Amino acid sequence: MRELVILSGKGGTGKTTITAAFASLAESMIFCDADVDAADLHLILEPDFKQLSDFIGGNEAVINPDKCTQCGRCLEVCRFDAVRFDADTNTYEVDPIECEGCGVCFDLCPEQAIDFPETICGQWYISNTRFGPMVHARLGIAQENSGKLVALVRQEAREIAKDKNLDLILTDGPPGIGCPVIASIGQATAILIIAEPTVSGIHDLERVGQLSKHFNIPAMVCINKYDLNPDQTKKIEDLAKENGIAIVGRVSFDQTFTEAMIQAKTIFEYNENSQASIEIRQVWDNILSLPEFKNPVTNNIMQHL
Amino acid sequence: MIISIASGKGGTGKTTISTNLALSIDQKVQLLDCDVEEPNSHLFLNPVIEKKEQVIAPVPEIDLEKCTFCKKCMDICRYGAIAVLKDKVLTFENLCHSCGGCFEVCPENAVMEKERSLGEIEQGSSRGISFIHGRLEVGQVMPPPIIKKVRSLTDPDLVTIIDAPPGTSCPVIAAMNGADFVLLVTEPTPFGLHDLKLAVETVRILDIPHGLVINRAGLGNDDVKIYAEKENIPILMEIPFDKEIARIYSNGQMVVDKLPEYKLKFQDLFRKIEQLVEKGGQNT
Repeated sequence: MRELVILSGKGGTGKTTITAAFASLAESMIFCDADVDAADLHLILEPDFKQLSDFIGGNEAVINPDKCTQCGRCLEVCRFDAVRFDADTNTYEVDPIECEGCGVCFDLCPEQAIDFPETICGQWYISNTRFGPMVHARLGIAQENSGKLVALVRQEAREIAKDKNLDLILTDGPPGIGCPVIASIGQATAILIIAEPTVSGIHDLERVGQLSKHFNIPAMVCINKYDLNPDQTKKIEDLAKENGIAIVGRVSFDQTFTEAMIQAKTIFEYNENSQASIEIRQVWDNILSLPEFKNPVTNNIMQHL
Repeated sequence: MIISIASGKGGTGKTTISTNLALSIDQKVQLLDCDVEEPNSHLFLNPVIEKKEQVIAPVPEIDLEKCTFCKKCMDICRYGAIAVLKDKVLTFENLCHSCGGCFEVCPENAVMEKERSLGEIEQGSSRGISFIHGRLEVGQVMPPPIIKKVRSLTDPDLVTIIDAPPGTSCPVIAAMNGADFVLLVTEPTPFGLHDLKLAVETVRILDIPHGLVINRAGLGNDDVKIYAEKENIPILMEIPFDKEIARIYSNGQMVVDKLPEYKLKFQDLFRKIEQLVEKGGQNT
């Protein structure tokens, strides 16, 4: 079983539209949307949300005013500035947005006046789409532990792939290089970086490239909207070569993507003969024939949550 | 006044708006780039960096001479960052959230604070703008402490513009919380609208006055406008979909330098924000 994770560092370079396009090309595949903060893949794949589960992300401290003796120990030990003292009412309170869920105040309160209930930090789903099964999630607004939820959806996707004997997991990753991104690449076969030929695109590509090296996962790059700036495209190609990142292709700046998105279609469903469709087919063939992807070396890195 | 520029979806134009707005207004401005995973503002402003600082977080180091292997540190740690074995203690820095529980709970004072680097902060200036950004070290997982550190350098005498990261989880909250105004940037596509709704939920939870910039107007459909009207979210500016603007951006240039007519538009945007902040202040 292989897993391809689509990343970009910079947001909005086309991760999700290109992931959705691959859906039209691959057989025997399961989708995993690892952008749990602002998931969009479902807008095109239109899953049926068959099975819904709560995501218990952690716990949250709540001060019980009846038991609290205002000793201030919780305020003293909290390193996240989540405990507030209101001098007017002489009460202590935990700000749920700042609370990290470390439980230190709960453990150290001398009066046992702090409760530490589990919190539902989001939902995750197992669905069917017209292209195959999909595991996806929605992190609650302003919630923590996106990395844990990403790890969970990927684990589920792997199990379903095993059960159904599916050869490929296609994971639409989050932007950035932090917690959810690191959770989305552990044990992946390869990372596909969607880069755009802009100064920001190149800067962010470099950082994702460093990340893939740091975790020792093979990376390849696809340049999206390459014709927007041929000079920057050339720079990306040079940079990729220097860093041992395979170039799997270029895709044109094509408004067909947006037209297809508005109709909730992949670009192939909307117009399989568009310029970008032809180019993406080539990218897909290049990915499949890349040695790192064809004959993967099993990665075994520690999951960072 | 603190204005946070946010979006939900990435790549909608937060950095373009932040940098061009900063350069357009006639007041003393400070730009804080809080997208510490992928900071980009410096690529457009090219600031001269005057000061650099590591951002560190405390992680435990066990003094085995004092340790009695009582396991209290392991029990209080909810991140699995400490494992107490028969005659040794393992610590996993990458799992540690620096909550300090282990230091507090150890009865023998055997847990010492060691420093771990999370990233760095750079301060400088560019074209009259005071510039600060943070950068998460590659391989590290915790942006919020870096964002908070950047924001601790907020100068109340200046107009502070924050370039926020995409998404709706903890790093975004760290970049928005306490702002006087959140300017949401979106593009008029189904993805843009979907993620805008999440961003609006986020600012509503934080109860911050907000308004909208529609970038690449004309690219998709009218659903974003219909939504904004229905939800009473003021549309403060529209930037048309224009390949020339995309090219200016791709070369790291400023829109207001290449297309000077935009300077007035950004000044107008700022005036509208000021009015909304004033009005918001009266309401509370």
